[in-house]
Amino acid sequence: MAEFVMPSLGADMSAGVLAKWRVALGDRVAKGDIIAEVETDKGLIEVEVFEAGVVESFLVQEGEKVPVGTVLAEIQTAPASAPAPVSAPVSAPGSIISAGASDLVLDGPLASPAVRRRAHELDVSLPSVRGTGEHGRITLDDLVGVGQRARSAPGARVRISPYARRVAMERGIDISRLSGSGPGGAIQASDVLSVTAHPASAAVSPAERMQRAIAAAMTRANDEIPHYYVEQSIDMANAIAWLRETNASVSVSERLVSGVLVLRAVALALRKHKSLNATWQGPEPVPSAEIHVGLAVSLRGGGLVAPALRNTDQGSLGELMVRMTDLVGRARAGTLRSSEMTSATITLTSLGERGVESVTPIIFPPQVAIVGCGATVERPWVVEGKVVPRPIMRVTLGADHRVSNGHQGSRFLTALDRLLQEPEKL
Amino acid sequence: MTRDEIRSTLLGCLVAVAPEIDAEEIEDDADLREELDLDSMDVLRWVQGIHKALGVEIPEEDYGQIVSLEDAVSYVAARV
Repeated sequence: MAEFVMPSLGADMSAGVLAKWRVALGDRVAKGDIIAEVETDKGLIEVEVFEAGVVESFLVQEGEKVPVGTVLAEIQTAPASAPAPVSAPVSAPGSIISAGASDLVLDGPLASPAVRRRAHELDVSLPSVRGTGEHGRITLDDLVGVGQRARSAPGARVRISPYARRVAMERGIDISRLSGSGPGGAIQASDVLSVTAHPASAAVSPAERMQRAIAAAMTRANDEIPHYYVEQSIDMANAIAWLRETNASVSVSERLVSGVLVLRAVALALRKHKSLNATWQGPEPVPSAEIHVGLAVSLRGGGLVAPALRNTDQGSLGELMVRMTDLVGRARAGTLRSSEMTSATITLTSLGERGVESVTPIIFPPQVAIVGCGATVERPWVVEGKVVPRPIMRVTLGADHRVSNGHQGSRFLTALDRLLQEPEKL
Repeated sequence: MTRDEIRSTLLGCLVAVAPEIDAEEIEDDADLREELDLDSMDVLRWVQGIHKALGVEIPEEDYGQIVSLEDAVSYVAARV
């Protein structure tokens, strides 16, 4: 049996609303299937499952807001007589936790199935528990007394009566912020109704919620990550000329935009500069074997998301263009998938189209680097001893000094420059 | 095809690219990139939509002639 849990869809996410189940009990699911929609401060996200099996039970109902790590459903991964198979890798975004194999932990702290079951009974989120066992393993003893504390802790699972939940939903009230006066601290309708009398507790708009989430993530990044910056001016004449020539020779449906060249060049440069393609996991960086560049996409109604274009270094430029168009379209339509929200290994932000010449971006945790591009503008440039006008783009690398240094960052930007001088090889 | 019909088709293509915009609010002489916060990918998708809907292919060097809705209607009307 495997547990499908509320995934963390970003460093700033502590809880999410299970907006909709996309499967029914008894449905057979395959790895990568979208089985639920989760509403977060970044919008509605389609959540994939990373284990094949049969949907055995739903533990959270539609409309319920629960902390990250809460078990949402159980998935029967194998016949009862057979041992459960190993499920997704540690970094898999679908947040499946296998409860079948002893001590198997695939997303979250070390804990045995018995501990996980007990934690579930107590409504305790395991990541919030300090393990005292070997290698920080959480034991049953560690859970003693935690349940009571957890219920009053931020992010704890909310006990609420069905009627109170309905009233809260109708009034747009975040139940995780309420105190319950019912048995065991359960929230009752009267608790919800008492809050409605206080305007300060009223629900905020999705755009405001998103901005708050961004603010929290960026504040954390600024506080925790020792950023350094290096910048380079890149002559884009070759890239622009190649793009113009290419676009003139293909059908309108196959045209490329310059952003896709930069995107690919960043990905290829990372192949040689692996220290920038990583995530910060606790006390040390974890390099990523794959390159998933997150693309900062501004939403026209306000807000910002940075979903990942997975394996950005692979496939043709035309294929990458199609994928990028699809990703940006879905980001703005609010139909991103959980894997796209969690798997970026670096971020690219381009503000040049708005006219700014340079960007000094803040790293998205847990990533360790971000690339910012300004506008490509005509500048006097020395070519073979003569000053000539050239289209110049300023590119800034912001990186985590715990993981890399300015020398490495400079080499990355030099590699990026070199790649953009030969666009036909991208 | 009348100008009104072309305008309606172009607006439809625009809304397909940016569903969050209010088509009623768009002023015919406004700079669409500025007014609707369109980027180069949005413009390309709009151009692709126009090509699909009306068979008019707008080369990149002509993007400067479709800055506003009014411009675009004139451009397409001359070629449809």
